[in-house]
Amino acid sequence: MIDIKNLSYTYMKGTPFEKTALKNISLNIDDGNFLAIAGHTGSGKSTLIQIIAGLIDVPKGTVEVDGESIKNKSARRKIGIVFQYPEHQLFEETVERDIAFGPRNFGLSEDEIISRVDESMQLVGLDLALKDKSPFELSGGQRRRVAIAGILALKPKYLILDEPTAGLDPRAKKNLLAEIKRLHELGVTIILVSHSMEDIANLASRVIVLTDGEILFDGTPRKLFVHEKILNRAGLIPPAATKLLQKISRAGLNVNAEVLTIDEAENEIWRAIK
Amino acid sequence: MEIIRAENLKHVYKTSTDEKVALDGLNFTIDEGEFVAIIGINGSGKSTLAKHFNALLLPSDGKIFVAGLDTADENNLWRIRENIGMVFQNPDNEIVAAVVEDDVAFGCENLGVPPDEIKRRIDFALDAVNMTEYKKFSPSKLSGGQKQRIAIAGVLAMRTKIIVFDEPTAMLDPVGRREILNTVQKLHAQGLTIIYITHFMEEAAVADRIFLMDGGKILRIGTPRRIFADVAAIKRLGLDVPIAVELADRLRRRGLKLPKNIFTDDEFVDTVKELKF
Repeated sequence: MIDIKNLSYTYMKGTPFEKTALKNISLNIDDGNFLAIAGHTGSGKSTLIQIIAGLIDVPKGTVEVDGESIKNKSARRKIGIVFQYPEHQLFEETVERDIAFGPRNFGLSEDEIISRVDESMQLVGLDLALKDKSPFELSGGQRRRVAIAGILALKPKYLILDEPTAGLDPRAKKNLLAEIKRLHELGVTIILVSHSMEDIANLASRVIVLTDGEILFDGTPRKLFVHEKILNRAGLIPPAATKLLQKISRAGLNVNAEVLTIDEAENEIWRAIK
Repeated sequence: MEIIRAENLKHVYKTSTDEKVALDGLNFTIDEGEFVAIIGINGSGKSTLAKHFNALLLPSDGKIFVAGLDTADENNLWRIRENIGMVFQNPDNEIVAAVVEDDVAFGCENLGVPPDEIKRRIDFALDAVNMTEYKKFSPSKLSGGQKQRIAIAGVLAMRTKIIVFDEPTAMLDPVGRREILNTVQKLHAQGLTIIYITHFMEEAAVADRIFLMDGGKILRIGTPRRIFADVAAIKRLGLDVPIAVELADRLRRRGLKLPKNIFTDDEFVDTVKELKF
C-alpha cells in the first residue's frame, strides 16, 4: 500500500515565482488498485507522481510504501515511473541494452538481466527478434514499448504511467492500453495519469481529480462522469459514449446515461428501443 | 482557387544501409481557404508530408507547389515560408521568449517587419486566438492550450495564409483540445487555409476534406462523412470513426434498420428518437 499523508509542496518557495502545487493531500493507494489521476494542466498531477516515486523530496507530509518511508532506497525501488514520451529517453545502441540498463544498475546478475529483458519485452508485446535492433529504427509505438519494458525490467510493484498513449494512433493506443490492463491483471498496482477520459473510463476502478493542488473528487469513473459540477470545475469532459447517452436522455428517451464505454452505450440503446 | 499542388511527390529517407519510401507518389491539390485533415497511423507518412509544405524537406522525386512556388527551388524558400506556418505537437518546444508578446513577435522580427507594424500584428494575432489579456504574461504561466494558441499567434503575425498543424492537441487536456479546435475553426471561417494532422477522429470530422494515408500513399480523399462511412475499412487501417458512426454501425449489425447518413451526435439522437415514437 502507498500511504500519503498531509502532503504539501511549493515550487520556488520564498521567491516571487512561488507556486503552491499541492495542498495537504492525503491518499491511500491499495495493492492491486487501478487508480487514475485526472486534472487539467497545472493541477498538480505531475508533482504528485514525482513525489510518490521519490523524485521530489517532501518537506511537508509523508509518503510510505508498504510501511516504509519513500526516502529509503528499498521503498523507491518498488515504484516504477514511465514519463510522458518515454521513448525520448532511449539512448542505447540496441533494444536489449536499453532495457537492460536499469537492471544492470541495480547490480543484478547477467542471467537475471537476460531473463528480465525477455520477460518485459513479452509483457509489452515486443517481438524478441527486435532485441538487436537499434531502438531508433523502430516505429513510434514500438519505441514507447521499449521504454516501458525498461521500467518493467525493474519489476516494480507499483507502476506510474504519465500519459502513456499521448501521440499514438488509435490502434497503437488500443494495444498499449490492453497491455497495461494485462499488467494490472498480473498484480501490478497501476497509477495512470491521463487526459483521456475514454482511457480512464475503460480501465480505472478509481479516479482522483486534482484542481489547484487539491483533491476535488475521489471515487469511481462512473460517479465522476455524471458529476457535472466537478467536471466543469476541473476542466474535464466526459467520454464520448457518456456524452452521447446524456444527449439522448435529454431528448426525452428513457436511457440510463451512466454508461462509460461504447459497448455499454450500444447495449443501453438497444435495451431502450427494443 | 488552388493554393497547393503535389505532382507525383515522393520522399525517400536514406541511411547508409537502407532506404525507406515515406511518400510514394502523391497527387493532390488543396484550394485556398480549405480545411484539410490528414489521418493515418504512425508511420503512414503524415508528418513527412507536413514537412514538404514549407520546404523543411524537399522531394526525392516529383514536385510540390505552395502558392504557385516550387519548394525545390531554393530562391523560393523565404516566400514559401511567408505563406505557410507550422504548429507542432509540443508547445514547450515552440516558445522562445520570456514574454508572450515577444514570443508572438519572433517570426516577424526575423522577416524584418518594422517595429510599428509588428505591434499592430501582435495585437491582431493575439486577438485572433483570444489571448489579448495575456500579452504581458510569461508563457511559463500558461496552460498547454494557451501556449499552443500563442504558437498559433506567432504564425498568424507573419500574415501566413496557410497553417499546417501537426497533432497540435496530442499533449493537451480536454479543455485545451477544445480551445485549439475552436481557434482553428475560427481561423478557417476567416479564410485561412488549414492543414490539420490528427489522431483524434472527432477533430478530423470537422474538416472540409480528409486525406486518408497509409504506407506513404493517400488511399482516399473525401468529405469526413464519406471517409468515415466505410467503418470496416477505417478500422482495418487501425483508425477509429466518430462515436455516432460507430454506434449506428453496431446497431445496424444487430439488425436495426437505420438510415445510412448518421454522422453527428445530433443526427444519431434524432434517429433514435424517431425509432421510439
